[in-house]
Amino acid sequence: MATPVMNQAADQAAASTRTVTLGKSLNLGLRAAMEADPKVIVMGEDVGKLGGVFRITDGLQKDFGEQRVLDTPLAESGIIGTAVGLAIRGFRPVCEIQFDGFIFPAFDQIVSQVAKLHYRSQGRVTLPMVIRVPFGGGIGAVEHHSESPESYFAHTAGLKVVSCSNAVDAYWMIQQAIRCDDPVLFFEPKRRYYEKGELDVGATPDPLFSSRVLRTGTAATLVSYGPSVKTCLESAAAAAEEGTELEVIDLRALSPMDLTPVFESVRKTGHLVVVSEAPEEASLASEIAARVQQECFYSLEAPVLRVTGFDTPYPPSKLEEDFLPDLDRVLDAVDRSLGW
Amino acid sequence: MSSPEQWTHPEPGVGPAATAATPTAEQVIAGLRATSEGGPELVQLLTPEGERVPDSRWDPYVADITAEDLRGLYRDMVLTRRVDREANALQRQGQLGIWVPLLGQEAAQVGAGRALKPQDMVFPSYREHGVAWCRDVHPTELLGIFRGTDHGSWDPLAKRFHLYTIVIGNQVLNAAGYAMGQRFEGKVGDDDGEATMVFFGDGATSQGDVHEGFVWASVYDAPLVFFCQNNQWAISEPTERQSRLPLYQRARGYGFPGVRVDGNDVLASLAVSRWALDECRHGNGPVLIEAFTYRMDAHTTTDDPTRYRLADELEAWKLKDPIERVRVNLVRHENADHAFFDEVQAEADQLAAELREFCVNMPDPPKERMFAHVYEDGNPVLAAQRDAYLAYASGFEGGGH
Ligand SMILES: Cc1ncc(C[n+]2csc(CCOP(=O)(O)OP(=O)(O)O)c2C)c(N)n1
Ligand SMILES: [Mg+2]
Repeated sequence: MATPVMNQAADQAAASTRTVTLGKSLNLGLRAAMEADPKVIVMGEDVGKLGGVFRITDGLQKDFGEQRVLDTPLAESGIIGTAVGLAIRGFRPVCEIQFDGFIFPAFDQIVSQVAKLHYRSQGRVTLPMVIRVPFGGGIGAVEHHSESPESYFAHTAGLKVVSCSNAVDAYWMIQQAIRCDDPVLFFEPKRRYYEKGELDVGATPDPLFSSRVLRTGTAATLVSYGPSVKTCLESAAAAAEEGTELEVIDLRALSPMDLTPVFESVRKTGHLVVVSEAPEEASLASEIAARVQQECFYSLEAPVLRVTGFDTPYPPSKLEEDFLPDLDRVLDAVDRSLGW
Repeated sequence: MSSPEQWTHPEPGVGPAATAATPTAEQVIAGLRATSEGGPELVQLLTPEGERVPDSRWDPYVADITAEDLRGLYRDMVLTRRVDREANALQRQGQLGIWVPLLGQEAAQVGAGRALKPQDMVFPSYREHGVAWCRDVHPTELLGIFRGTDHGSWDPLAKRFHLYTIVIGNQVLNAAGYAMGQRFEGKVGDDDGEATMVFFGDGATSQGDVHEGFVWASVYDAPLVFFCQNNQWAISEPTERQSRLPLYQRARGYGFPGVRVDGNDVLASLAVSRWALDECRHGNGPVLIEAFTYRMDAHTTTDDPTRYRLADELEAWKLKDPIERVRVNLVRHENADHAFFDEVQAEADQLAAELREFCVNMPDPPKERMFAHVYEDGNPVLAAQRDAYLAYASGFEGGGH
């Protein structure tokens, strides 16, 4: 997997570089944010003593105490609703939703209060809160543990939405999200929690709301975010062996999106395939397709193609390999685009 | 600035915050000990030592239980436990993706399950394998959910046993609505009346859906038994994280009765459940039952309880084992002999073998299943998506996709 480019000389970086998993990197980022600002608090189900079901908050309650890492009662609406109050009071809550499919009890608070309070108060009230959501499939789980609900939130004005795809970004993006004065939905690619990266904590990260070209190519552009970024990189590597150079862009920010690098890429390649696990209808993939056709109409040599989950509920896990975009489906779309 | 301790104070100035897994002395005084010890209001008919304790209020509800019936309850619990252990082992061997153990909760579930009448409806959570057994949902029918081949394979209407619900608390409102329907259709009011029973955990009692279920059921006099299995833990969080007072006492605030029963006592669970269902079928619902029990295994096969609870706790609860006390009682009163216990054991082994055989031979679902039944009336967009995908996938057939 290509490591994102950091603005630091490689040899200098080596000194402070360590190999970490994406999950551990989030843990380190949360810890750094809590050390930097005593108002940062972590709250959620099982985040304290257990350290979260994915151990992302491991050790934080032990080191920061029960006043800053709260094992809350089991109610997502309660978690988000009280975080709003805490944020009004001057805290910076970082809420964990245990799994994607369990964000919906909190949907009302997120859409009605979290998203709108700044607007309703004419900017007098800020809500610097982060809602962490392990999302996406591919882990062989039972129902409600594999969903990709990010479009609902990108669709809602007042919320910022990001997703990290690799261990290095995870460390920086979680801290940047916590420092952001707007509420941020932070989608974590749970099936990539154990993917490793070389983290240099002395590096200077890219801005949070910026996309990034991970691999350059001239034949076609692949745009993705979260868990399917890796799928795209693997697809590009496979295509390269056949002599087709694909450009891969990691969106990182889902709302607002930074599509400038995508437009530039499409003007160069003329072909775009958007890859995402979320169902297709009314999705972020559709949004990207719409904007690209508007900005790059005369550069496009084929319609923008979307490789997504299907418009079904997430299937039983024995069928998830069929549901999730994989290398073959991505390359099939590339072939269709190039053969248009 | 006040500290979080003060925000969660039981009574300002009375004691410390209810944050610890083990209640402090102050919490005991504040009544919190009752959330982890059962307390004086616990209904118990069979002690952990297998002694039948007379109880004038509850005895009438199990007065008809013969030695044969008690042997039947014993058999239900042993088979349920055997299925649970076999499924747990199947997960360990890679045959199931995950398993949700019910170990320790057999008496609560079998007591409730055997109190139900055929006309009653049940809304389970995801751990109710013992109730499923009582509703004639064969253990093999549970496997698909955990193997990842389906989201529930039994007919919930025919079995009057709704599909498992994983989103904590959702089914409580669904059950309230179903029970409202039973009343609206005039199926409440005599011995043949209908009732609904809904299962949820101690953790679930914090969800808005559960509170709303309490409100709806009470406002519409719905024939609904709320059966809360307080197994002391919601994954890593002890019941103290959810409530300042014993859970059964919540009912009072909503205007209906609440009873705490020893969830490891199958006779007590049966008696209290029969009473509660009777109340409901006669139009006196809803009712809350808190079955005080213990999750003896991990939350699921992916959980590691050593991170948050002490082994001592399990050892203490082993002494209150739900099956052992019935066995002791049967032996003491010479209501069962060796042959009986051997027979049940053999039957359990046979059932486990059947479960295993079924599990390892379960076919993977065909690809088209993913697109089926999303709508009753179809959807042309989805149909096109399905056709395109199946055509694409057929290109890989035999190609090692
Ligand atoms: C809405 C929702 N939030 C979170 C979860 C994750 N989760 C699964 S079980 C569980 C704990 C449930 O505890 P309890 O209600 O006591 O039932 P038990 O598992 O002990 O039977 C949690 C938090 C979920 N399934 N649904
Ligand atoms: Mg529980």
